Amino acid sequence: MLGHRLSEWCGHGPILEEDIALANIALDLIGQATLFLKLAGETEGKGRSEDALAYFRDAIDYRNVELVEMPNGDYAYTMVRQFLFDVFSYHMLEQLQKSTNPALAGIAAKGFKEVRYHVRHSSEWVVRMGDGTEESHTRAQKALDDLWRLTAEMFQADDIDREMAAEGIGPDIAAIEPKWRAVVDDVMKRATLTIPNDPPAMTGGRKGRHTEYLGHMLSEMQIVARSYPGAEW
Amino acid sequence: MDQQPQNTTEEALNAKFEARIAAGETIEPKDWMPERYRTQLIRMMSQHAHSEVVGMLPEGNWITRAPSLKREMVLISKVQDEAGHGLYIYCGTETLGVDRAELVDQLLSGRAKYSSIFNYPTLTWADMGVIGWFVDGAAIVNQTVLAKASYGPYARAMIRICKEENFHKKQGYEIIATLAKGTPEQKAMAQGAVNRWWWPSLMMLGPSDTNSPNTAELMRWRVKRKTNDELRQRFIDLTVPQADAVGLTLPDPDLKFNPETQHYDFGAINWDEFWQVVKGNGPCNRERLQARRDAHENGRWVREAAEAYAAKHSSPAQSAA
Ligand SMILES: [Fe+2]
Ligand SMILES: [Fe+2]
Repeated sequence: MLGHRLSEWCGHGPILEEDIALANIALDLIGQATLFLKLAGETEGKGRSEDALAYFRDAIDYRNVELVEMPNGDYAYTMVRQFLFDVFSYHMLEQLQKSTNPALAGIAAKGFKEVRYHVRHSSEWVVRMGDGTEESHTRAQKALDDLWRLTAEMFQADDIDREMAAEGIGPDIAAIEPKWRAVVDDVMKRATLTIPNDPPAMTGGRKGRHTEYLGHMLSEMQIVARSYPGAEW
Repeated sequence: MDQQPQNTTEEALNAKFEARIAAGETIEPKDWMPERYRTQLIRMMSQHAHSEVVGMLPEGNWITRAPSLKREMVLISKVQDEAGHGLYIYCGTETLGVDRAELVDQLLSGRAKYSSIFNYPTLTWADMGVIGWFVDGAAIVNQTVLAKASYGPYARAMIRICKEENFHKKQGYEIIATLAKGTPEQKAMAQGAVNRWWWPSLMMLGPSDTNSPNTAELMRWRVKRKTNDELRQRFIDLTVPQADAVGLTLPDPDLKFNPETQHYDFGAINWDEFWQVVKGNGPCNRERLQARRDAHENGRWVREAAEAYAAKHSSPAQSAA
């Protein structure tokens, strides 16, 4: 989802170098999503391919956190969103490399290498914008204020997460939060940004109860694939 | 400037320059060159860079609607390559003593041109295939020749870029081949895109030699090596068999192989349409320029923030701390 969102910047970035960087990150993320979806389809065993899972599921059947489906907004919003997710993804994939499921561990190892670069890119931009001009600081602070409430969802373990963690397949995602928080605190301090005190928003993305944005995003993404059922591309 | 000795020196330098060109030598940034050579190169190279960047828009238009994850990734990476080409050629142009900010300003203010082809809309997924096949294909024909241009940085940029354009063309043709052997709707989609993009692609190679004011001088300086009409003929000769191979028809009833010339004859190009597009009246001229202006304006505070941050953190006081 986030990769798809980033790809919307292609051709419209603030500077050509950033068009290229965002496209790189989008490619990494969509690549990771493809591998995870492929594995999910194989594990399910009903013959659904990665494309079937991406293009022929309705929003209500998507299981992503809401943070990643939020619209791009301005560049501060995009970069703060990216940073908050990148740090989570970094710690998540770091743990997942140790999964007892070799296929998952393999995807995680590949992704982990990529995300290290993503964290560097997004954290540098958050610091630059927070500690740049008055305007960039205001914009970055606003983005953080708006998005902060959505971050708690990343660490809310459900029964499946707990079962996966118990079997050593998935990481203990609640345990990732303090590590995530330490990095976020450090970067926000360097960026001279203030972490808001707002309580978490009522989110439901991981149960299929998404923001209204996801439906619109998918309607665009799925239009061609769904308009020609059975076609090969 | 109007003093006699300097004129003599200039004449001598000019003669030496022309001799080097005639001997097939490569001109490098530090070498002396006539002002006219420099301005012509800046014009050509910056137009080329602008075309790469504006060219991101028609294809960028379909990234979020690509019909499969693989196609989405291939398209993002293609558009990303074009950004890289733009950047690379801007850097090459800077070796001629003009900076990128000024070149971008020329584009946004409408003083600089970019390729006419990008002022046409992308209406179906098949357009992603045809653009790769025709537009990158025509670009290759042009750039293969430019790779032997007399100005070193431009020639080297073309060699590197051409490799990627070849890849783009292959991918585009593959999209079309897949559609052409797909469902009847897919085949119709492919044929429709071919019909819409064929003539604009022929125009993209530039006005006919009789109407191309710069050609003679650029050819003498080996900035150009082939005339627009020669390039166009080469593109047509290459493309007709490729269309046949996937069972698609090029929309020109006069298109047929001429055994005497060993080339394909083709129908009359509507140059009126070309000039209309060049003058700004094409289907998407306004939208393309507006999209670039918006990106530039919306990105202003971001660039300023990066500069302000860099300035704060490179001051002597900071680095001593
Ligand atoms: Fe290109
Ligand atoms: Fe290309």
